[in-house]
Amino acid sequence: MASGYDRALSVFSPDGHVFQVEYAGEAVKRGTCAVGVKGTDVVVLGCEKRSAMKLQDTRITPSKIGLLDTHVCLAFAGLNADARILVDKARLEAQSHRLNLEDPVTIEYITKYVAGVQQRYTQSGGVRPFGISTLVVGFDKGSEQPRLYQTEPSGIYSAWKANAIGRSSKTVREFLERNYKEDMDREATVRLAIKSLLEVVQTGAKNIEIAIMAPGKPVEMLPVEDIENYVKNIEQEKQEEAAKKKTGRTPGTGAAAILTRGTQGESSEQ
Amino acid sequence: MEVLLGITGKDFTLIAASKAAMRGATILKVSDDKTRQLNKHTLMAFSGEAGDTVQFAEYIQANAQLYSMRNETDLSPSALANFVRGELASSLRSRKPYNVNLLLGGVDPITHKPSLYWLDYLASLASVPYAAHGYAQYYCLSLLDKHHQPDISLERGMELLRLCADELKRRLPIDFKGLVVKAVTKDGIEVMPFDEDEVVKGT
Repeated sequence: MASGYDRALSVFSPDGHVFQVEYAGEAVKRGTCAVGVKGTDVVVLGCEKRSAMKLQDTRITPSKIGLLDTHVCLAFAGLNADARILVDKARLEAQSHRLNLEDPVTIEYITKYVAGVQQRYTQSGGVRPFGISTLVVGFDKGSEQPRLYQTEPSGIYSAWKANAIGRSSKTVREFLERNYKEDMDREATVRLAIKSLLEVVQTGAKNIEIAIMAPGKPVEMLPVEDIENYVKNIEQEKQEEAAKKKTGRTPGTGAAAILTRGTQGESSEQ
Repeated sequence: MEVLLGITGKDFTLIAASKAAMRGATILKVSDDKTRQLNKHTLMAFSGEAGDTVQFAEYIQANAQLYSMRNETDLSPSALANFVRGELASSLRSRKPYNVNLLLGGVDPITHKPSLYWLDYLASLASVPYAAHGYAQYYCLSLLDKHHQPDISLERGMELLRLCADELKRRLPIDFKGLVVKAVTKDGIEVMPFDEDEVVKGT
């Protein structure tokens, strides 16, 4: 693979690949997982938090979920430092849009802008692409319709009902595909987001972060206690299910079986 | 004949601005709002050359909001006042300076201390207990000199504004179509009901 075509940036290899962009995709796969789920009148972002070290101050360590404007929220997977730059550019554009057009940005507009910046960094000299994928969620002004978009390092953007990015995103996306239902209320949407994250997050509630957006309201970060309750609830349900269809297994192996499923998914991804 | 007034009290800052939009001697509109909210606890009122005022105020507003988004915290009224002064000072030394006079009022989000800043197009900045711009200075400052105390209640603040409005109506040659009054408190910014025709009794 390393045959000279991954030296200079943004240069095609003879078979039509731009390696740097593909490597950026690899950086995304190594980043912690993020999910987004749309309900009828809410949209939820969930993030896997890297477990903090003993002396780290978790209260003031920056989060992977950020506000672009009061009505738009962004979560990312990949290189944290790259994300900071991209988020800052998006915030500037959001305010600039307000100043020039007297209207807040639509979710599609700001997604297109973020993707546009990412694309630019795959085609200009002396730069490297952003090593991040993002999920952009929110509500357009005066609209009750939840929005969820994804952007990639190449500059592609797409709209989703539910999606995951980052480490083991394939496992989580497949889980979402199996369990997504139309017309979910707030409770069900949050629950699905947490449940899907639990597929790949072993350590449970303290490594999960949830942001909820509703039309015309500021973003709501779900308190840890609430997440813990959801997690407990989900674990219990899983155990009950496992007990129901158990054959010769002793109770308690249900949880272990779930853990193994998570690790399997992880290894298949990398 | 634009009127801007500001009063601080115990736990609030009141800002009042005339409702008439004028061009020469003609009144174009009687419900003009010459104020912009910079963040949850800061309000800015402006007067001066027609196009400049709104352009400048909204530019400041956008920058204040951008700061809030980027840092997940609001700038304090004093920080904003000094930022605005800096912008006015560099504008003054440009080819085409902004001709804008401002009152910037707010309540500190942490200490809840009210503050009021007087700024003009020459980029002078003063922190004051009460302030006025334009002709209102001639008629209202003396009134406020006499009646204002630093620890007045919101009700008393509104009373003083009514006193000022009454005096202005009596003496200004052109009708300024009443005042919009907004109160900044620790809970945010609120439009206050203000009846121009209410009879003012001597205090």
